[in-house]
Amino acid sequence: MMNFLHKYASLQNFYFLSLRLSRWLVLPFVFTLVYGLIGALWIAPQDYQQGESFRIMYVHVPSAWLSMFVYMNMIGAAVFTLIWRVKLSEIVLRACAPLGAIFTFLALVTGSIWGKPMWGTWWVWDARLTSELLLLFIYFGIIALFHAIEDRRMAAKACALLTLVGAVNIPIIHYSVQWWSTLHQGPTVSKIGAPSIHLDMLIPLIVMSIAFTLYFIIMCLARIRIGIREYDKNSNWVKNLVTSTLQKGHN
Amino acid sequence: MTLFPRTVNETTSRELRKTFRNPSEIFYPLIFFVLVLTMFPFAIPPVPGLFNSIASGILWTAALLAISLSLETLFKADYRSGALEVIHLSGADLVLVGVGKSLGHWIISGLPIALLAFPIGWALDLNFLTLWVLVLTLMLGSATMSLTGASISALTVGLRGGGFLLVMLTLPFFVPLLIFGSSAATNASLGIVPEAELYFLGGMFVLSLTVAPWATAHAIRIRLG
Repeated sequence: MMNFLHKYASLQNFYFLSLRLSRWLVLPFVFTLVYGLIGALWIAPQDYQQGESFRIMYVHVPSAWLSMFVYMNMIGAAVFTLIWRVKLSEIVLRACAPLGAIFTFLALVTGSIWGKPMWGTWWVWDARLTSELLLLFIYFGIIALFHAIEDRRMAAKACALLTLVGAVNIPIIHYSVQWWSTLHQGPTVSKIGAPSIHLDMLIPLIVMSIAFTLYFIIMCLARIRIGIREYDKNSNWVKNLVTSTLQKGHN
Repeated sequence: MTLFPRTVNETTSRELRKTFRNPSEIFYPLIFFVLVLTMFPFAIPPVPGLFNSIASGILWTAALLAISLSLETLFKADYRSGALEVIHLSGADLVLVGVGKSLGHWIISGLPIALLAFPIGWALDLNFLTLWVLVLTLMLGSATMSLTGASISALTVGLRGGGFLLVMLTLPFFVPLLIFGSSAATNASLGIVPEAELYFLGGMFVLSLTVAPWATAHAIRIRLG
């Protein structure tokens, strides 16, 4: 374990590993995205109740999935930051937070665009919507804390702790909000096609979720590379890298 | 008094001594609490009974804001003067220091606010059961807030935009307390004894007592580098 960590958590090694990994991931990403879009826009049949407008689901559900997935990644990175003090995980944490906020925001916006024709309103104080909104605020808090502390490493550790405090609280927030909204009003969200969903609708959804996840990984790796260059900016390999890129540009 | 470990006792009594030397500070959260409450009648339409029906929710919200704001002072002075560093270097168990700090903070802000809610609620015509439930839930809820908030207060101590940042970070975590606290009071006003909500708040208190002090100790270590 520690050997493995030392090899791949070294910033230099990971930088080049992530370059290779990103190149490998681009093709699957493009493929799943194109296939998912075709499936979502043409192959999937109209919904018998919602007509064409249900198709926003293919953006909405993957965003909502990623808003959780990114946070789970951040919890992992936070544990590595606090227990093993791995530099790389600090960079991962910093790279993930804005992406998570963007996906959460996207899930809220697409949900509200979907909600307008379906429920007749942009916003309902429903359990899922409310806990997603609170998740957005938690992301904002983590980003704000990153920006408030000047020292990079201290900021990462502080944010790691905040991420873990959030990890304990998010399930509690989710369930208490659910309890609250069932108290206030009847269920407004009926899940699409209730228990079963047509296979032609489901497959594009899964493919789109994979495409979104790949997009997140590629973006995250790119942000991690920027982070690594900033962390290691005084080391020789980064200097060599920058000068060699500059020379390539001149030729 | 051997109710608590020595470190907790000393930290708490130090907090109290510090505050009582400058007693005007005790009144800031209380005055803020009452001021926020006073704003609401001006803002809502003067429908008879409307303010009364939402009073317990407003009392809870105002208490939440007052306590969140007051959390900023928890570590500020000690951080500025270097006392926090000395406490850290003295080898005292920071977990117990966190408990002591939270306890001190609760005695200074949470407890008076909860007690003050009684006469205010009485003036707002809440019935007797509601008043008791309100005080009890505020006591439990504010203790949880002091414990959880201490960790975030330690994380943000001495940062730019400290107060706003702290409130922004703490409020999402206090939502469950607000939900259960205010619904307990609302149920009580309908004559239902809100056992479930009280159990939930009690559970949250126990959870924060077992987890939050460790987070606070770690936060102090992180901020001191």
